[in-house]
Amino acid sequence: MSLLRTIALLISVSILILISSCGRDNDMTDGEAFDRKAMLTDWADDIIIPAYASYVDELDLLETQMSAFVAAPDETSLENLRSQFIESYLAWQSVAIYDIGRAEEIGLRNFTNIYPTDTTSIQAQIASQDYNLELPSSFVTQGFPAIDFLLHGLSSDDSVTLDILSQQEYLTYLTDVVTRMQTLGTEVYMDWTDGFRTEFIDNDGSSATASVDKLVNDFLFYYERFLRAGKVGIPAGVFSGSPISNSVEAPYSGIYSKQLFEADFKSTRDFFEGRSFDQSTNGISLRDYLEFIRDQNESVDIAEIIINQWQQVDAALPNVGDDFRQQVIEDNNQMLALYDELQEAVIPLKVDMLQALNIQIDFVDADGD
Amino acid sequence: MPMEIEIQSSIKSYLEKTTEAASLAVFRILFGLLMCVSMIRFWYHGWIEKLYLVPSFHFHYSGFDWVTVPGDWTYLLFVIAGLSALFVALGLKYRIAIVLFFLSFTYIELMDKTTYLNHYYFVSVVSFMLIFLPAHVDYSIDANRNPALRSSIIPRWSVDCLKLMLGIVYFYAGLAKLNTDWLVNALPLSIWLPSKADIPLIGGLMHERWLHYLFSWSGAIYDLSIPFLLLWSRTRVPAFIAVVLFHVMTRILFPIGMFPWIMIASTIIFFSAEAHRKLLSYLPFFKACDEDYNPTIKAPSLFTRAGVYIIGLVMFVQLVFPFRHLLHGNNIYWTEQGYRFSWRVMLMEKTAYANFKIVDSKTDKTFYVQNNDFLNSFQEKQMSTQPDMILEYAQHLGNHFASQGHKNIEVYVESYASLNGRVSQPYISPEVNLLEVSYSELCANHIIPLKIPLENNQEGND
Repeated sequence: MSLLRTIALLISVSILILISSCGRDNDMTDGEAFDRKAMLTDWADDIIIPAYASYVDELDLLETQMSAFVAAPDETSLENLRSQFIESYLAWQSVAIYDIGRAEEIGLRNFTNIYPTDTTSIQAQIASQDYNLELPSSFVTQGFPAIDFLLHGLSSDDSVTLDILSQQEYLTYLTDVVTRMQTLGTEVYMDWTDGFRTEFIDNDGSSATASVDKLVNDFLFYYERFLRAGKVGIPAGVFSGSPISNSVEAPYSGIYSKQLFEADFKSTRDFFEGRSFDQSTNGISLRDYLEFIRDQNESVDIAEIIINQWQQVDAALPNVGDDFRQQVIEDNNQMLALYDELQEAVIPLKVDMLQALNIQIDFVDADGD
Repeated sequence: MPMEIEIQSSIKSYLEKTTEAASLAVFRILFGLLMCVSMIRFWYHGWIEKLYLVPSFHFHYSGFDWVTVPGDWTYLLFVIAGLSALFVALGLKYRIAIVLFFLSFTYIELMDKTTYLNHYYFVSVVSFMLIFLPAHVDYSIDANRNPALRSSIIPRWSVDCLKLMLGIVYFYAGLAKLNTDWLVNALPLSIWLPSKADIPLIGGLMHERWLHYLFSWSGAIYDLSIPFLLLWSRTRVPAFIAVVLFHVMTRILFPIGMFPWIMIASTIIFFSAEAHRKLLSYLPFFKACDEDYNPTIKAPSLFTRAGVYIIGLVMFVQLVFPFRHLLHGNNIYWTEQGYRFSWRVMLMEKTAYANFKIVDSKTDKTFYVQNNDFLNSFQEKQMSTQPDMILEYAQHLGNHFASQGHKNIEVYVESYASLNGRVSQPYISPEVNLLEVSYSELCANHIIPLKIPLENNQEGND
């Protein structure tokens, strides 16, 4: 009889429900559900934005030291530039994880810290003065790794380094690389403060494109690919069978590779545990989210497993030296041991945590069933 | 043998029963339109490129290794599938269109196992059945043009087989839910629902235990009973309302694409012929033929006669094939042997991690593989939870490193999996060289048993 009317009614009701479900805000959540929005707010306000602010500050200082060096290249200005370089590089480790928003759009990480850097291409570009740092092919000729090479890798003798670096085409290249990092870093920071913060916090749903899902994916991808493999596994030869000493981070300055790793590892843990960038407060974090789920489902304490495993990383760290390049040449077993501890944490992170939080893979917003 | 004769004659008289052509016409039109939209949607989202063109490696179904991604011609495959679906809806060159649709759609699905979805399989099966069904004899351009084709009635079996197919999908999905995780622990819904706190109206309840149980139990009861409630005319309208609400709900909660709309559209076929006729009377395009136009079915062609047997065979396979896991008796949730093609829809949550180790058996030189050098994150996720894909990937790695000049290659996997919120545990034995086992050996002997068992109605052993 009224099949048509029934169908019409049902379809309109469904469309209404669907439309309203696409709507942003919903104040119906009572106090007992986990507050993803509060977690996103803490991430943005206490961790990500302050980290970017500090990163941009350090880039500005880098630019200042660089300008001073360009104006008067001498041993003092080189030394100042070098020490600011490591400060800025350390600040980068606090923002590297957050490949979301403008950082993702412009490929901030690719233009900032892809290593090993291609020294042959860098030399060729400097010689020809013909280069375009916006091309993907130039990932390996710019960013911190390129500066590391220019400041520390041209010669083991500082006076020779100074001679080479004082040439106009070197100064120009150095200026271009630093300014580009400054421009990109500032652009991402401005975007966060400019409106992306709100967008990020309001996107508090659960789907492949929601902020929590995206950032957790970024976090895990970063942990696996950059922290575990990039900084430790690849140099230790885990993926090749024999150590590749030149693929450590900052190989030319040498002594900083462990420090950079520690800074990165610390940012990773702070993010997981919700420790604010200035270390003053503990916000809502993945740890809290996991504990909430644990209490709901009376299940295993995944957060504790992860945190305990990272303590094993702490325990392995004193056995490796400051210079990872030296370490893989002299006693690679200690690097492999460090890698194993980092690797061990991948399982609770990638298997148990992803499942408990029902995080979607953000690669493609494809259908499931 | 009077008994046998009786059965034979009752089958014969059943096959001679007729119904109105309108039911099948509505099904054809909706199916064609939805499929056309599906193809456009897939293209629009950029999935052709992301899922098929970019990855360098694809997972194959056994026996279909010859199905490869034809580069940029993949777009043409989607054009063919989309256009032929539109032709099906219009009833224009119907037989050619539905054959083309079946072939192109199925080819697309066979290109990569990663993207397997039950609803794609459903589409393949139904489009295959439609090849043999007279869905174009009315309300179609073909019928408008060709009075000899036109008929207001069709064999009743040609509608009943689709009802049976839908019944199987629902009922088997319901049977699969009768396990301890689903019923006793409300899993995996108690994993899935709490993250949905942002949905309107009931978002704030999504973390409540009772809601997980309510959804689990009502889902199981819905699946098991809905085919029967749709068949019975007195419960049909409320049952259809339940169908719509159920699928809209799943659409809101889960990213399941076109599946809800396909199921809602398909279940309309349970309504009476009269209702279908009325529905079609609103269509501007076709003049419906008189009720008794060409009321006697012409002597069935060879094609139609063969169709009866083929559809019968399809139905038999559909009834039996989903139970094939009983043959080997492994835990289907854990090994996933026999999991696909058996209507186990939204049934479990499984995450896993697989780390592959390449060993030179002579020198013991060892290194690990970065999966994202070979797979995208979607492929990696699917691969690490499914042993057949782990095996295929391991063999691909073996070939890859052999071609790079490595010798005496052995491939091992260190893998961990978590099923329905259990703490992760070792999955495939790390001791087995994956280049030397067959899939059935792998499932039978080298999968480490699930430590916290999941009991199933269909098998006692875990």
